[in-house]
Amino acid sequence: MTDATPIIQTEDLRKVYSPGTQAEVKALDGVNLRIDRGEFVAIMGASGSGKSTLMNVIGCLDRPSGGRYLCDGVDVASLDAESLARLRLEKIGFVFQGFNLLSRMDALHNVMMPLGYSNTPLAERTERARAALEAVGLGERAHHRPGEMSGGQQQRVSIARALINQPALVLADEPTGALDTRTSAEVMKLFEKLKAQGQTIVLITHEADVAHHADRICVMRDGKLYEGEHGLGAVA
Amino acid sequence: MTWNDTLRTAVFALRGNWMRSTLTSLGVIIGIAAVIVMVSVGQGTQAEIDKMVSGLGANRLDISSGAPNTGGIRGGAGSQATLTDGDALAIREQIPEVQYVAAGTRGNAQIVYAENNWSTNWQGVQPDFFEINGWKIGAGTGLEPGDYTSAAKVVVIGETIRRELFGEEDPLGQSLRIGKVPFRVVGVLAPKGQGGFGQDQDDVIMVPLETARRRLTGASGAPPGTVRQIALGVTRSEDLSFVQEEVEALLRERHKIAAGAEDDFSVRNISEIVATRTQTTRIMSLLLGAVAGISLIVGGIGIMNIMLVSVTERIREIGLRMAVGAGPRDIQRQFLTEAMLISFGGGIIGTLIGIAGALLAGKLGSLPVLLDWHVVALAAGCSVATGLFFGFYPARKAAQLDPIEALRHQG
Repeated sequence: MTDATPIIQTEDLRKVYSPGTQAEVKALDGVNLRIDRGEFVAIMGASGSGKSTLMNVIGCLDRPSGGRYLCDGVDVASLDAESLARLRLEKIGFVFQGFNLLSRMDALHNVMMPLGYSNTPLAERTERARAALEAVGLGERAHHRPGEMSGGQQQRVSIARALINQPALVLADEPTGALDTRTSAEVMKLFEKLKAQGQTIVLITHEADVAHHADRICVMRDGKLYEGEHGLGAVA
Repeated sequence: MTWNDTLRTAVFALRGNWMRSTLTSLGVIIGIAAVIVMVSVGQGTQAEIDKMVSGLGANRLDISSGAPNTGGIRGGAGSQATLTDGDALAIREQIPEVQYVAAGTRGNAQIVYAENNWSTNWQGVQPDFFEINGWKIGAGTGLEPGDYTSAAKVVVIGETIRRELFGEEDPLGQSLRIGKVPFRVVGVLAPKGQGGFGQDQDDVIMVPLETARRRLTGASGAPPGTVRQIALGVTRSEDLSFVQEEVEALLRERHKIAAGAEDDFSVRNISEIVATRTQTTRIMSLLLGAVAGISLIVGGIGIMNIMLVSVTERIREIGLRMAVGAGPRDIQRQFLTEAMLISFGGGIIGTLIGIAGALLAGKLGSLPVLLDWHVVALAAGCSVATGLFFGFYPARKAAQLDPIEALRHQG
């Protein structure tokens, strides 16, 4: 894809749960979002606003029930589970609130885990994982298990894992939600560094000071997306 | 994901829970080991019976003189000489289904040659004896027709007697003594080896019936013309029961036994006994095989159970792997590989234990054992199939998980 292709482009994106019943929920109600290469965008919203659903759809974990979503130029509507997995493998790096590291493996193996699914040779895997850990400042922690590291360190390991496949998009879901202020700042500094290197980042959070690290803030409310922080005022 | 990576990941996961993995594979270990031991012993027994049948000569009936139970005193078959040459002749003439008839007598004596001697049973035989018992002359001429009529002092000896008395010497034409009577060796029987009951079949020595009567049983006071047993060879095995009835009827008539009175002879149908034993063995190995098969199924269910637990425990891991790019196929393959590793590992250990167990059963339990490599390969194959079959459902369940739900899973 050329640099001009938006990383994320949605048109009238809809996601309806239990359609046609009393419990019908329009989690996404016509969302139009465009994120270009190199942007750092924060998506805010209260719980139940539909921001998790938006993240799942953007992250190719879920398919929209209406509208169009082009992920780095690929229309996801027609893809089956297998192809979605491939798309996630190639385009998206996830950072989760709860880190989601495998406790039985050391940092290095956690980081190189996605490379196994892209059939990268073992030697190259190790090398790249080591480099990714260096990049997040944990080079000498490669053989520590998650249980032997602080929360901030664990989150940096999971960021290294998200970056390992050189994804078009890093999708971070409440990355500081489980961290204290000091380690939060550490992690956010890392995101800013990535942004400076040209990495496209979408950050989902409900904390305004975290969101302010981004270039652009969007707000989800009742399944609709509003540009700019002023949408937030309406929520509060 | 490459097979190599899938395998490495599976090994890693199993090692993390090695106690559980070992216990789970125990079911397969026991199942496979049981299959191998059971089938080996079953086949060994079958082979033994086959050998016994060929050693006995097929399609035969044995008539012994004296009832198994005479007037409350059990004398043992052949203890009284109630059968006669006439009986043998009558059977030959009146029952056309009978192909061979050989009347005989026997006794125990010390056999002496030069400075060697050997105690064994001698047999006085008629020409058909060799056919009925499947004896072949290995060296020399054997007993000639003229030897029977002239009551010649000639013998045919078995391999064991040849070895014990003559050693390296050529026994043909040599003279040995049965008791005090000298005989000339005219033949050595081709060896039969050990019999189905473990007896030495080659420890035999045969003289013409007439010679035995005149020279060897003189002192025992048996009435002239009597014999201890008559062996019959029947053309077709289907006729055995029918011939047995015919023979019994004929002998009762000839011996003037009133209806309801007890026979003064007994007819044994060895083929029937052997057939029954073959049947029994077959049913036994089938049953044992079934039991072993069931234990394999139980082992498989154990694997399925543990794999389901493992899938449930690792839902978050599955969700994470899916999020970072593992497709349903990758997940399915990983869990299937884990299940197969458990069962195949169990299969290999079970096979080794099974082989060791079978050999041990042969050595210590002195059971007949026949290790068939086909069975071993089949058992190992079965273990893989068990893993595939019982691992499929849990693996499929894992692959069909929704990544969002899986990631959100608590616990």
